[in-house]
Amino acid sequence: MMNTSIPAPTSGTNGSLRQWIRQPRIAGVFILAYLVVFATILFKLDRANTLFPLWSSLAFPPFVISPFIIFSSPLSRRIKAGLILLVVLILMPLIGIYDGGYLELSIQIAIFSALALGLNIVVGFAGLLDLGYIAFFAVGAYIWAMFSETNVTTVWSVAGLIVPGWAFYLFIPVGVFAAALVGMLLGLPVLRLRGDYLAIVTLGFGEMIRVLARNLDQPYNLTNGTQGLSGVGRPPLPGFAVPLTANIGQAMGIQISNVEPVSQQLLFYFIAIILLALIIVIAQRLDNSPIGRAWTAIREDEVAAVAMGVPLVRMKLLAFASGAAFAGAIGVLFAAKNSFVSPESFSLDQSISILAMVIVGGLGGIRGVILGAIVVQLLNLQILVNFSLQINALKNIDYVIPIINFPIRNWPPQLEPAKYQRLVFGLLLILMTIFRPAGLLPEPRRKMEMRGRAPEPDELARLEEPAIAAEIDPKHANEG
Amino acid sequence: MQLTERRKSSLSALVEWFSTPPVTGNWFYRFLIYPLLQIIVFIVGITLVLTVIAYLLSVLFPEPRPNIFLATQISRQLPGMIISGISIGFVYAMVALGYTLVYGVLNFINFAHSEIFMFGGVIGFEIMKRLDDAGVIQGWNPILLLVVSVGAAMIGSGLLAVLMERIAYRPLRNAPRLVPLISAIGVSFFMIDFIRAIEAVTRNDFNLTYPKTDLPWLTTTFPVSFGQTTVQIKPTSIIMVVGAVITLIALNWFVNGTKLGRGIRAVSQDQLTAGLMGINVNLMISLTFFVGGAFGGAAGVLFGLNAGTITPYIGFTPGIKAFTAAVLGGIGNVTGALLGGLTIGMLESYLNGVLVYFPALGQNYTDIFVFAILILVLIFRPTGILGERVDEKV
Repeated sequence: MMNTSIPAPTSGTNGSLRQWIRQPRIAGVFILAYLVVFATILFKLDRANTLFPLWSSLAFPPFVISPFIIFSSPLSRRIKAGLILLVVLILMPLIGIYDGGYLELSIQIAIFSALALGLNIVVGFAGLLDLGYIAFFAVGAYIWAMFSETNVTTVWSVAGLIVPGWAFYLFIPVGVFAAALVGMLLGLPVLRLRGDYLAIVTLGFGEMIRVLARNLDQPYNLTNGTQGLSGVGRPPLPGFAVPLTANIGQAMGIQISNVEPVSQQLLFYFIAIILLALIIVIAQRLDNSPIGRAWTAIREDEVAAVAMGVPLVRMKLLAFASGAAFAGAIGVLFAAKNSFVSPESFSLDQSISILAMVIVGGLGGIRGVILGAIVVQLLNLQILVNFSLQINALKNIDYVIPIINFPIRNWPPQLEPAKYQRLVFGLLLILMTIFRPAGLLPEPRRKMEMRGRAPEPDELARLEEPAIAAEIDPKHANEG
Repeated sequence: MQLTERRKSSLSALVEWFSTPPVTGNWFYRFLIYPLLQIIVFIVGITLVLTVIAYLLSVLFPEPRPNIFLATQISRQLPGMIISGISIGFVYAMVALGYTLVYGVLNFINFAHSEIFMFGGVIGFEIMKRLDDAGVIQGWNPILLLVVSVGAAMIGSGLLAVLMERIAYRPLRNAPRLVPLISAIGVSFFMIDFIRAIEAVTRNDFNLTYPKTDLPWLTTTFPVSFGQTTVQIKPTSIIMVVGAVITLIALNWFVNGTKLGRGIRAVSQDQLTAGLMGINVNLMISLTFFVGGAFGGAAGVLFGLNAGTITPYIGFTPGIKAFTAAVLGGIGNVTGALLGGLTIGMLESYLNGVLVYFPALGQNYTDIFVFAILILVLIFRPTGILGERVDEKV
């Protein structure tokens, strides 16, 4: 799907086809048709259908990546921005009202895209492999959960420190500062460590935070231990939200049985999108700033960077702190959305899956990392789950796969694809590092690094112009 | 495995003597007496240091809970703590060897080594379970059974490690440093679920319980009295210690006393030059993975026998502790792995014994202390206790 949208053909057998689709009008028609087709499928799907999981996995992923196709199309900037906003702010919520499952998925995607962008600052920009990144997310989540939960008696509730739901918005900056502080605390002692030692130490830190969250119910109940904190506060719904959702639902001709949770989810969706947009802008600005260039210098050669006057300590700490800050903000949102926080949400698996997002998408690039988050989250939450559902649905109707004559009821029940995420992620990490180490949407500079040569100065200068950078792209698309 | 000249240490000549294996002399002395002496000295030294620390702690906190006196408790538990510390310490040392050998040769942390360890435990289980299902396990001589299962686990895990290197690491040998590490994380995740899928399909359950009930010699304990206290020594402790000592001595002989071992050492010093001297570098790297994997596999069986039940997830915690041990001893250094493993095992055992009496802490915090030690070592002495200084290449 993405290949059709890679710009600027130079060679290849299907060059003329690419040239044809690069014409703005053709591309515009193509994109509109694309959106209409997939949105229509999503609006027509019925959960009662036997083949629902299959259709939904076929239609939703292309719809979610449509902003990427729009972004790389040859349309004018304004039209592109308009179309992306249309997809993100109007079509997606409408599909979400029609089927809440998709809304949940897109919130998860937005949350993890933001997390992956934060990790990308540490790993992709500054080249510091952090395997305990989820700890900062946990800090943000626990900060909000501890001060807003109403179900459990903790030190905080005894002391009367519980805040009302609207304080959620105030706690996003609180989460940012708390996580950034923890990031600096982590950063300070490990500054001297080289890449792989750093990875193990950060892994240890991540586990330590989790063990602390598990055990800080004694002697004073701070986190409620393994039980977790439930009844976490949520931002109040604005007055117009519930009637508006009901009206939209009516206009679409569907009966929403329980309007309030739907509008609550919509609120979280918009908060997540706003946070994600903010984080994208900040990450972009950081990357193109003197700080970003200092990070690149550290990543490529620490000794040379110091020799050129890059303040190593400050820059590394800044990388840790800003990466952590993003996770802190998102953690607050995560706690409020789930309204439940427990140590098991912050395991090493989560850190690794965020790392997988960054690697799959392409270290160092912002678009790539978001694409990586989409791919990994869709695999994790939709495609594998749907695969299991589909197998069960086909078992119910006693389907026999033609040609190989395999009755689906013989599929062993232990082999439920949804339970084998690690297998898929592991395979994904191995295959990506071997065959496409620069990721699905490689950042040009990183791509040259992975090919084992330093970029020439004039090459780098040309990379500043996206059109020319894109020209380099398809030529080497298969070299990895 | 010296990479550069050893830094002049302020520690005494005794430490120097016990950390540098003799390169000349009688075969018996070099490969049997010296390693055994080394192990004994390490155990005695670590025990002394930790016991002193424990008693100092009891001076600082004489009565952590009402009517519980720390000093009395420590005296009562001391023999038990030492024995369990030594036996788990040897397991960590064996796993740490896998990390250290691979690091010595490739300068790369094999994150998936914990899964090689787990795989060894699974193979040991499979052999014993199959014999048990066939109803012949009681008739087997205990030593024969142990030799067969540990041997099979060593071969299986060694081959798995070689396969991992061939598929996931060799294509990345010239890539930036972080890339093979990420691939190793992928291998680790893949292996966990792969084993789980196989066991779930074939056995319907991935909690693998060793058939201990059919092995009476494995469950009878030997009471040994130390003064007023009597300690029940588990046969698994003895198996762990004996098995580990035998394999460690064999490894020492292999690395320092054979031609292949010399090849491995040459590759770890300088790959390019070793290649120019006619050493098959790829073969030596595969061999290193095989030896490291075999040790991990053997440790997996011993660990599984001791724990009774293993799961595909079992590798992570021992793996990270063994890595800590390797770093603590000085990664890339074989003697260091032994010292580090014993230290971490003993420390864990002492912490488990002592932390119980502190109301706010408890045994749950043992792992935090182990991680904290890893971090402190890396910050203050990144080369470990016996490590050589490796200068940053410019």
